[in-house]
Amino acid sequence: MQSTPTGRTLDVEDLTVRYGQALAVDGVTLAIEPGEVVALLGPSGCGKTTLLRVIAGFVRQAAGRVRVDGAPIDHLPANQRNIGIVFQNYALFPHMTVAENVAYGLRARGVRGPEVLARVSRFLDTVQLGGFRERLPRQLSGGQQQRVALARALAVEPSILLLDEPFAALDRNLRLDMQIEVKRLQRALGLTTILVTHDQDEAMSVADRIAVMNKGRVEQFDTPVAIYDQPQTLFVNGFIGTTNLLNGKVAALDGGTATVALDAGAMLRLPSPAGLSSGAPVMLSVRPEQLALSQVPGPESWRIERGLSLPLGAQLVHEARTADGASLKIVEPRRASPADAARIYCTLAADARPTLFPRPT
Amino acid sequence: MNKLAEWQLTLPLALAFAAIFLAPLLMLVGVSFFDDDKITQPGVAQWAKFLGDPFSYKVIADTLLLGVKTVCATILVGYPLALVYLDSPQRLQKVLIFIIVMPLLLSVVVRTFAWIVVLGREGVVNQVLLSLGIISEPLRLLQTELGLVISLTQIEMPLMLLPLISVMSRLDPNLRDASAALGASRWRTLFTVIVPLSMPGLVAGCLLVFASATTAFISQTVIGGVRLIYLPLLIWQQSLVVFNWPFAAVVSITLLVSVLTVVSALSYLGRRSGGYVHG
Ligand SMILES: Nc1ncnc2c1ncn2[C@@H]1O[C@H](COP(=O)(O)OP(=O)(O)OP(=O)(O)O)[C@@H](O)[C@H]1O
Ligand SMILES: [Mg+2]
Repeated sequence: MQSTPTGRTLDVEDLTVRYGQALAVDGVTLAIEPGEVVALLGPSGCGKTTLLRVIAGFVRQAAGRVRVDGAPIDHLPANQRNIGIVFQNYALFPHMTVAENVAYGLRARGVRGPEVLARVSRFLDTVQLGGFRERLPRQLSGGQQQRVALARALAVEPSILLLDEPFAALDRNLRLDMQIEVKRLQRALGLTTILVTHDQDEAMSVADRIAVMNKGRVEQFDTPVAIYDQPQTLFVNGFIGTTNLLNGKVAALDGGTATVALDAGAMLRLPSPAGLSSGAPVMLSVRPEQLALSQVPGPESWRIERGLSLPLGAQLVHEARTADGASLKIVEPRRASPADAARIYCTLAADARPTLFPRPT
Repeated sequence: MNKLAEWQLTLPLALAFAAIFLAPLLMLVGVSFFDDDKITQPGVAQWAKFLGDPFSYKVIADTLLLGVKTVCATILVGYPLALVYLDSPQRLQKVLIFIIVMPLLLSVVVRTFAWIVVLGREGVVNQVLLSLGIISEPLRLLQTELGLVISLTQIEMPLMLLPLISVMSRLDPNLRDASAALGASRWRTLFTVIVPLSMPGLVAGCLLVFASATTAFISQTVIGGVRLIYLPLLIWQQSLVVFNWPFAAVVSITLLVSVLTVVSALSYLGRRSGGYVHG
């Protein structure tokens, strides 16, 4: 494969987009490294597609800039940006064969003759559709159409690749295959890529960094691990993974450490975020796998009322309720956990990294 | 309910259609095979007279040509209009659709006489062109084919625009963006994506406009005048002026057959190009 492993940087600066009065994108800033895959993750209507459409040049922003390799591209029309895009519904040209679809961008750029055929063959082989050249899009399955859309976008050797929920229409197995396929191609070509999704597992597995969006803003832009372990806002905390929320109060502050009195009845010493004051109401967020059950009471444990225990793959999920009425989910590896009802105290697991958030009152 | 009973339910309508459309058509064919205008002598003399006269072929050709010219003009004006309509914001679309449908809401006679006012020697067009100094003498537009095609273009425009707009607005808007992102200019997108995909609407529009323009007796006679002779005028003269019904029947059948021939050829082309819209 003729590769250009030197990807481009993509900088989105203070981007704001309005549809009439409504803000669809509200001051988004993203600095994306060459060859990086960034996932845009967020609930429906948070402005992910709109952000892509601005970068591709289909929609004009109200304010802000987009730069590729440092040079602003805002003045360029969509057909001069050299940005590849795969739409959620693929948007293949229904009246053209697979080969014609892939050749479309090459022809539009004035490539002629055997060069077109060679490149079409190369990219169709890359997505393993060499035998489907003469089919029409409607004669292909969803996954095949998606691969044609990918080949069509890649054939013109774009500098940036935008993928708008490209796997949404695929079933689980095919989705996994395609995720790997896209990741492989993207690596080989060194393509700076933005992937829109509202599937957090997809974002976690495919992306180098994730931008979590909410209501047109980026709430956190970080690596998957950091997003999972150190959510910066309550929204990110609730949106990524499953979490338990426990109410409490700051009992004492000592440098970077806060002693928190949980309403459930325990005293915990935790690293404190900036801006907490003594006596402030807080919320403690802790992942289900970071909680542990025990038989013995202690100052750092709180009493719970056990509910159902459900096996989930290799794990066991316990439901429980605290004295102040918060419901908890606790996850343990299956073999380590005799489902014994005597373990009625809950505590933080040894490696737990819970997060404290100021509680709005 | 069984199949037979369902079939029987359509019977009244089928009979009504037979009585209203089929019977007169058969009578028309029957009448054409009489030699005299009293309809007493069966024979093929009228057919021989019509088909043996070179003038007949000129009238047939003129009629079909009028249809072709009107179709071309409605495409040239209507296609860009349809594109404008699709790009307009929703509120403007409502106004536009009202303007587009307007000709259908007016009586043929009113529309046609309005065009006389517009195209006449002292009409709006000439007044404007004269006062701008573009021409020094009034143009002759009434009773010319040009004037007739202009007015038919306006009158038949809804028949072109409605099918065109309905097909175009069902196209995936992402296709245009996809084309642009692949580096295509607006014109390239228009001719390689939008035009091929809107073919079914275009063909339907052409069919309607062609059939309607070739048979638009009132416009043809009032704006074209009696010096421009098309098949409908010939039918009217023979049946209501000369009272030679067999000959009028011959001309009517000729009009029917020639229009149907063109229309079926067009719809065959349409079917070959169609079918991608929901692909
Ligand atoms: N063409 C448009 N005109 C007006 N408002 C729009 C338009 N497109 C999107 N919006 C609005 O802008 C906001 C952001 O839309 P966008 O399509 O970017 O969301 P999204 O994050 O892609 O959602 P989803 O996950 O459902 O695709 C939404 O509130 C939407 O209603
Ligand atoms: Mg979207």
